[in-house]
Amino acid sequence: MDVGKDLVAASATPLVLAILAEGDSYGYAIIKRVSELSGGHLQWTDGMLYPVLHRLERQGLVVAKWGASESGRRRKYYRITRDGRAQLAAQRQRWKVVDQTLHAIWMKTSPA
Amino acid sequence: MSAPSTLPLEEQIAQWRGYLRRRRAIEGQDVQELEGHLRDQMAALTTAGLAGDEAFLVAVKRMGSLDALSREFAREHSERLWKQLVIGDAGTSESTSPLARTEARIVFALALAAAAAVKVPELFGKHIVNGDMAFYNRNASFFVLPWLVVYFAWKRGLTAATCAALAASFALAAAFANVYPFVRGGSTQNLTALHLPIALWLVAGIAYTGGQWFAGSGRMNFVRFSGELVIYYVLIGLGGGVLTGFTVMMFQAIGVKVDWFVGGWLVPCGAAGAVIIASWLVEAKQSVIENMAPVLTRLFTPLFTLILLAFLGTMAWTGNAIDIKREVLISFDLLLVAVVGLVLYAVSARDPQAPPNFFDTLQLLLVVSALAVDALALAAIASRISEFGFTPNRVAALGENIILLVNLLWSAWVYVQFLRSAKPFAALERWQTNYLPIYSAWASIVVIVFPPLFHFL
Repeated sequence: MDVGKDLVAASATPLVLAILAEGDSYGYAIIKRVSELSGGHLQWTDGMLYPVLHRLERQGLVVAKWGASESGRRRKYYRITRDGRAQLAAQRQRWKVVDQTLHAIWMKTSPA
Repeated sequence: MSAPSTLPLEEQIAQWRGYLRRRRAIEGQDVQELEGHLRDQMAALTTAGLAGDEAFLVAVKRMGSLDALSREFAREHSERLWKQLVIGDAGTSESTSPLARTEARIVFALALAAAAAVKVPELFGKHIVNGDMAFYNRNASFFVLPWLVVYFAWKRGLTAATCAALAASFALAAAFANVYPFVRGGSTQNLTALHLPIALWLVAGIAYTGGQWFAGSGRMNFVRFSGELVIYYVLIGLGGGVLTGFTVMMFQAIGVKVDWFVGGWLVPCGAAGAVIIASWLVEAKQSVIENMAPVLTRLFTPLFTLILLAFLGTMAWTGNAIDIKREVLISFDLLLVAVVGLVLYAVSARDPQAPPNFFDTLQLLLVVSALAVDALALAAIASRISEFGFTPNRVAALGENIILLVNLLWSAWVYVQFLRSAKPFAALERWQTNYLPIYSAWASIVVIVFPPLFHFL
């Protein structure tokens, strides 16, 4: 199932923030987590994650730090900030409204 | 992306990294981050049973097209599309090589040395402010150019023999600037002050080309370097002017006089050090941003041509002759300098292989109209030169006019040949670069022969 570009873009911020709220992570692991959570339905083009992470960093919602991977290569780790958590909570409220609305109408018409 | 799969895996990755690097919006650290991702992905795919190069292809595919990726990066990092070259930026130390850092240190040391050199004569009682200004004017080159030569000697790895020859020419020039018994306030010492830098600029050029003045495209590169240097120097000078203005204004506001500092330290030392810094910026930026001198040439060649033609037209229409004032020759010299500069920098930026185009015709028109204007001026002056007398200034100006005139006459001829496809464009380039030492030679003659010839007046 193709989710579509706009929806992927819109959900990227809350998804990345939520994953980072579980614990510090890095690009590849985030992509893997998204794939796991969506059962493989939400496919991101891997490279596109990084501009998103950089934007969140610029907005102060996450901080980045160079560390080392298990194999000793340099790897950039991201951590959610206090502002990031606040943003995540706000996003969660918004998505809940969207979700509830859609849910309400879909329950009335035809159950999926 | 068409990585031939015959390449070893690491080379394929290196190639991919190379493609990424070439994207302006994606910087060194991002490349590392993306490569880390690629390798993680490949490791996972290999564990799942894929062969190395299969894993590479899948991982690259999942990364997304480079165009789309670079577009996303550009959207987030729009500032990167404005090419930056920040001096000694700690944040980008990843991309700054140790050599570049050493170079920056050497350059700042040399710039400080140049600034300090300006103050050395003070120790021997020569003061800038209310002192022997003529001494400083005659010797200005020696505060700056030796350090510039040292920079190039280091950068190009000059041989000891070349270094010795360059040092000897500086010593000789210093002797001519200071041994002659110049008459105070005379014009020969002003001529020396004006011409010595021109003569010595060739010495700097020999250092710039790594001692290989005649080899390859060294001379043309030196011309390009000189043009960019002037532009950077003017820009730094503008900044310096603002700094100076604020310095004077602020200290005046609290009733402290700082003329001694501004006139004796800030301006002369800054002017000397800025030459070294500007040279380094040109060297560092030559591959980073477009050269400005050819851009200015493109802008001003049509405008100069229009003005010259309008001038000729007006003269013919009104019948007004050129009003011969005493120093009119100098203004026409400067006009020729501007036109030769326009030709030189047009040549410097042109692809010699390209066929004749409209701009070449325009250049020819510019040269011919400048020649016509100068011929009119020379004719007017020649009729009255005996009346004015042969002062050193006038002889020097006349010599320069003839040198520039010869350059432009032959340039026009070569342009005509080129437009008729009888000669390659390289002929014009060769003519211009071969001509460079003549400016220096004439300047040397003015410095060496004129003072005794005119009794040091």
